[in-house]
Amino acid sequence: MTRYVLRRILWGILLLILVSALTFVLFRILPTAEPARLRAGQNASPRVIAELRVDLGLNKPLITQFWLYMKGLFLHGELGYSYHSGASVRSLIFNRLPATLSLTIGAMVIWMAIGLPIGILSALRRRSRADRASMGVALLFISAPEYWLGLIALYLFAADIGQIRVFPGAGSYVGLTEDPWKWFTSLILPWLVLAAGFAAVYARVMRGSLIETMSEDYIRTARAKGLPERRVVLRHGVRAAITPIMTIFALDVGVLLGGAVLVETVFDIPGIGRLNYDAITHADFPIIQGTVLLAALFIIVANILVDIAYAYLDPRVRYS
Amino acid sequence: MTLGAAELPYAAGGGSLGPMDFPAASAAQNGIAARSPLALFWRRFRQDRVALVSLAFIALLIVVAIAAPLVVKLLDLPGPDVQNSNLTNQFGSPLGPSLAHPFGVDQLGQDVASRVIYGTRVSLIVGLLGTAIATLLGTIVGLLAGFYGGWIDTVLSRFIDVVLAIPVLLLGLGLGAACEVRGCLDGHVHSGLGVIIFLIALVNWTYIARIVRGRVLSLREQEFVEAARSQGASGARIMLREILPNLAAPIVVYSSLLIPQNILLEAALSFLGVGVRPPTASWGQMIAAATPIFNTAWWYMVFPGVALLLTVLAFNLVGDGLQDALNPRTAR
Amino acid sequence: MIATGDPSVPTDDPLLRVEDLRVSFSTEDGAVKALDGISYELERGRTLGIVGESGSGKTVAALSVLGLTRADGALLSGRISFAGRDLLTLSEGELRAIRGNQIAMVFQDPLSSLHPQYRVGAQIVEAIRAHQSLTKAKARAHAIELLGLVDIPDPARRVDAYPHELSGGQRQRVMIAMALANDPELLIADEPTTALDVTVQAQILALLARLQRERAMALVLVTHDLGVVAEMADDIAVMYAGEIVEQAPAERIFTAPEHPYTWGLLRSIPTLDGPREQELTPIPGSPSSPLAPPSGCRFHPRCPYAQPEHARTEPALLPVPGQPDHRVACLLAPEERRRLWRELA
Repeated sequence: MTRYVLRRILWGILLLILVSALTFVLFRILPTAEPARLRAGQNASPRVIAELRVDLGLNKPLITQFWLYMKGLFLHGELGYSYHSGASVRSLIFNRLPATLSLTIGAMVIWMAIGLPIGILSALRRRSRADRASMGVALLFISAPEYWLGLIALYLFAADIGQIRVFPGAGSYVGLTEDPWKWFTSLILPWLVLAAGFAAVYARVMRGSLIETMSEDYIRTARAKGLPERRVVLRHGVRAAITPIMTIFALDVGVLLGGAVLVETVFDIPGIGRLNYDAITHADFPIIQGTVLLAALFIIVANILVDIAYAYLDPRVRYS
Repeated sequence: MTLGAAELPYAAGGGSLGPMDFPAASAAQNGIAARSPLALFWRRFRQDRVALVSLAFIALLIVVAIAAPLVVKLLDLPGPDVQNSNLTNQFGSPLGPSLAHPFGVDQLGQDVASRVIYGTRVSLIVGLLGTAIATLLGTIVGLLAGFYGGWIDTVLSRFIDVVLAIPVLLLGLGLGAACEVRGCLDGHVHSGLGVIIFLIALVNWTYIARIVRGRVLSLREQEFVEAARSQGASGARIMLREILPNLAAPIVVYSSLLIPQNILLEAALSFLGVGVRPPTASWGQMIAAATPIFNTAWWYMVFPGVALLLTVLAFNLVGDGLQDALNPRTAR
Repeated sequence: MIATGDPSVPTDDPLLRVEDLRVSFSTEDGAVKALDGISYELERGRTLGIVGESGSGKTVAALSVLGLTRADGALLSGRISFAGRDLLTLSEGELRAIRGNQIAMVFQDPLSSLHPQYRVGAQIVEAIRAHQSLTKAKARAHAIELLGLVDIPDPARRVDAYPHELSGGQRQRVMIAMALANDPELLIADEPTTALDVTVQAQILALLARLQRERAMALVLVTHDLGVVAEMADDIAVMYAGEIVEQAPAERIFTAPEHPYTWGLLRSIPTLDGPREQELTPIPGSPSSPLAPPSGCRFHPRCPYAQPEHARTEPALLPVPGQPDHRVACLLAPEERRRLWRELA
């Protein structure tokens, strides 16, 4: 088991290196725009731009730039400086992390708590009216764009502009430590909007997975042993059916931790996603690059964790 | 013939109960027609009425997209980029739904219904073309990796892992932004439709590749491949003639599940401002433009969203129907 | 023995009596009659072999006793008497008290029948604690005992193995141990050796025979392999197309079979002592479809001795003259059958 874990971690590190190289290619080599010019701003004189070129090391050969970039990244966690504000990208990201974490974790709890039970019940009452209804609703939520749902939610329920003024509107987020109640209420609508799509997906996946599991032979054995049906479903069925859920869960959380751009933008939550959105309007590449790397890191780590959990849950996997 | 009970070998395979007649022959004598897997697939799909209705709706959308100018003229609407600053009420905000403008107008006085109709083009092109490219790429890679195995497989699989580690939306944002300022690749590629399709192909091929690879791995071990090989068929021939036809159904099913996701992805990127640029009409971008005024001019936000919802829903329903037809055991 | 049966039932009544059991499923192609009226009896401590090919309904016959077909939406009618109660009238809860308790089952493929994510010991303990209130420690000790009983070497270590870590034979032993956990009076084994290697098959059958003797347990052995039941069964019932076509004590099936289908089964088994050039004689045709069974005698399309009127009349399962234990469902006259068999043998 430990060898398996080690192998996964080593591969994860290699993966991170490769992804970093890929982002370098995408954000340094691909665009035609010059970083120095972008950093200097609109009306900078050629001399300032030339000086900046030297400062940023842009006059060195590409290979050297690449090497310096990778060294800085892996040895010092150096993510560069914003073109627009000059602030360290790393500090900008860390400032925004709590908001993104709040949004992600809250939504995660809600979608798992809603999606999984609905999926399980639908699988057990297959083709019943409740099943068809819940799967129909699920499909609706999957098909609707979340930012649109967010806007509709605000239109209906936002305290400042809504028809029924229940929840705080966009832009009312405060940190948990500042005002816990306001923090909580300002996140309810974003949580629901973000969780809606995911809950729908997870309900469908759980349903499909459990239907398949319940037709396995070991379920028949469990019943033949005289076990209560609840135990058969939960301990034998769901236990085996949960594995695909975990795979997509890891990926989803990994992606969201990199910033739920759409929901953060609509609700004006100062998270990493919002940071990205603002960076785009200023062509602030270092920030975009930094967040992409961070998100990739989260995804890689999440995948490693899931692989380990998979091996723990399903002993057959350990030998691959 | 003597039969000492003690001499019966346990391993005789029991009573061999008759020559293995082809199921079709004996089934025919019982009056039940045998069907090929593909025929069964279509028969099951045809029974799913919801999927059929959705398919009809999609066909309608395609017609509307192709004949958008005609549709707009038939409905007596102005063109999608015809601006008219007179169409505001006393507060300066755009007018809502009326007979002349069934979906209202936006801040520039452009007719929303007309723009929604033209928006169909963007969504369908991106969804269908982008997915098609991704499917083609993914099938090729998956076929090669699965069939040849060995180091080719390892390299390709690892490459897939790398691509999968990158967050899609952020990457799209980044690329969109990067190529916006002065274009990418020495100014040849500018942000817009081209970049979006590129991104979608870039991101989705891995999904198809993995599935194809898995199927090829299991198909490769089956006897008909052995048989073809023993007859001297080359690798390429086996791949094309024997394996590819067996992949047709799963490829169709899984790529059909990608189309709605890609439509939503394009809309999301346009919403964030890095997708299709105005004046080209894209539903996502219309929702973005509607955001500052949506609390009063709700129509501008609602109708494009509904269009998106219905389109994506239709594709999802068709995808579900295809999937159920492929795997009846797990059918809904 | 964990008994919840009626103590006033006299012990010379058969343990299990199945009367006119019919089971049908509704599929997208129509109603499928898997079992069309079968009846048999089983005394305590005796072994009944149910023999038939795929599609004969033998597995459904096995599953119906414990009501395991209910989950698939089966429609059942008839009567299954066990220890004085009709199992078909019991509620799910009452059936659960019997499953794994007085009646236990062993299935065909132990790899797919055991949960892949739990250790075998845990699965046996689960079976024990479902019907006995033992502490976890005591149950585990009992599980280890059971593993030893089924001849698994080093049971104290193997108890923590996962199913995929064991060999096929060992897995089947685990299934048997699990079935015996609560000392059942009746064990139903559905093709217990089909998924196993040849050499292991013999071991498992010997194990079952020994356990049955030691525990005076009744055994229903369902199989397609006549060789399997030759040694083990006291009585044999031959099934075809959802019905029992012949039923007799084991030796009579092999020495004086009455039904043409049984003859076909016996003749198609290759023997070690026959001449090498002797051709295998298969039964022509293939099993009838359960959706559209042949009219009249179900076997008539494949029977070399069929007469035109056999397509119109359904034979009843009747005793052979002079042999009340031996029943056959065939429209040929008894003397005719005896003559034909003498010619074949």
